[in-house]
Amino acid sequence: MIMQLTVFLENTEGRLAALCRTLADANINMSALTIAETSDYGIVRIICDNVFNAVDVLDEAGFRATKTKVLAVEVPDRPGALAELLEALGGTNVNIEYGYCFLSNGDKAIDVLKIKPEDRGKAEAAIEGAGFKLLHWNDIAG
Amino acid sequence: MKKPQDILTVPHEELEAIQLEGIKKTVIQCYENVPFYHDLFDEAGFDPYAVESLADVAKAPFTTKQDLRDNYPYGMFAVPQEDVREIHMSSGTTGIATVGGYTEHDLDIWGDCFARGIWYADGGPQDVAHICYGYGLFTGGLGAHHGSVKAGCTTIPMSAGNTERQIRVLREMGSTILMCTPSYAMYIADTAIAMGLDPKKDFHLRAGIHGAEAFSDNFRAELEEKLGYKVLDVYGLTETMGPGVAIECWEQNGLHLAEDHFYAEIIDPETGEVLPDGEWGELVLTTVDREATPVVRYRTRDITRILPGTCKCGRTHRRIDRLHGRTDDMLIIRGVNVFPSQIEDVMKTFPQVASWYQIELTRKNHLDVVTLKVEVNPDFDFDQISAIEQLQRDIQSRLKTALSVGIRVKLVEPKTIARSEGKAKRVIDLRGDDQ
Repeated sequence: MIMQLTVFLENTEGRLAALCRTLADANINMSALTIAETSDYGIVRIICDNVFNAVDVLDEAGFRATKTKVLAVEVPDRPGALAELLEALGGTNVNIEYGYCFLSNGDKAIDVLKIKPEDRGKAEAAIEGAGFKLLHWNDIAG
Repeated sequence: MKKPQDILTVPHEELEAIQLEGIKKTVIQCYENVPFYHDLFDEAGFDPYAVESLADVAKAPFTTKQDLRDNYPYGMFAVPQEDVREIHMSSGTTGIATVGGYTEHDLDIWGDCFARGIWYADGGPQDVAHICYGYGLFTGGLGAHHGSVKAGCTTIPMSAGNTERQIRVLREMGSTILMCTPSYAMYIADTAIAMGLDPKKDFHLRAGIHGAEAFSDNFRAELEEKLGYKVLDVYGLTETMGPGVAIECWEQNGLHLAEDHFYAEIIDPETGEVLPDGEWGELVLTTVDREATPVVRYRTRDITRILPGTCKCGRTHRRIDRLHGRTDDMLIIRGVNVFPSQIEDVMKTFPQVASWYQIELTRKNHLDVVTLKVEVNPDFDFDQISAIEQLQRDIQSRLKTALSVGIRVKLVEPKTIARSEGKAKRVIDLRGDDQ
């Protein structure tokens, strides 16, 4: 399980840039950023180092930011890796709320999955049972 | 020895006798010294010399804000300029300002009326009163000031603005009574909390006398929780005097009118008919003993009602209910009457959003569109679009039930709705430009 940085942003010009500038000025490095958007607002989900500091910095700068617990799974960077991971969850009745992927280095990709808190234990057991490596937030927060 | 507070507990018949005697003189003063009233009474066939009972007051014609504007600047004065000690004006944001004049006697009764709020809070010389209503033409600052001095408080004339300095003075001078608009009190509280203070411990407040804008019971509860004091609502308007026309006592169950100085009627705003006690309508005020700028049946446009029965506190002056809105703040949305306070009451039931809100009115394809902007609170888990949408739907459906009109809810980032240091700008009407 890792900590994702979640930010509520209004869908107006310059807000995303302001968010990134604030994180940059605090020397926070992002590994992944994805946006779920509606016409009024967006939810920006970020994997970065030093999440706790990031929340404080953003809060200070007037952003609405929070930490969200998500699962991060290391998979080989080849066709079918995500499919295999999701198949491992197949029989568990665990519902994935959302997910996204990013590359960590040459041959590894990381799949991020948001699972309901009450299902997290079940999901973790299934994923590890299928031989995948679950990342701890220390692996990324570095 | 006779105390100024004694008048607050005399039998109501005695107050009525004071009102009748005062109004008899007031209407004659108006008729003989103010050309506007001379013409108005003549045209309406109202004989100012024939007032025999308080019921006769209803025979007099109404005075409106427009009448006061038409007679700007000195047209409504019933005394020569050399008898006038002070001038105040209402904000002229929507047109020409209205002017209130005060003789020495008028200033004295103003101080007395506002001081009642301090007496209701069991206050006096042992209190330090921190006044951050704006000083100047606005009646808030000096009205509270005259009242505080009258009640014998140690008075700190802060005026509005420079919030960090307000906080410093509140801490260091040990102020016990805070007087300002309710939105500014909230702003001070929130700023202090953001600075890492706990106003309940770091301030020494025990009472707040807040007015000049309507605020809901929930807003009051939040203020009391944050500042650790008790809030009394004060009502008044420049056209009849300023704050102090009516103030809540410690029971917080309606605002006691200063009936020895003001005669109140509640009318149906459509028909002008006088309504019985207990019914909601527009408050109409006649000054009993105002010298410089007396008014006869002034239409305040404020919506309230006379609370039936007597107050537990034992004072005999009748109470008006907390203001329900203004006839001119009332929004007519697709033909439905909506008061901003009703929206506020609904919103306060959702802990996921902050107490700041703004209502934006636009028109699309000739239909009114209302958008309520509210700020997301930090403890709301907004990680999922579905959670946000669910919250929006919940607020919308509760609003629909309460108001019978559809309102679009838009969640916005913190601090994006402008905080005001004076009156909160709650409604933005953009219906002029059809989109």
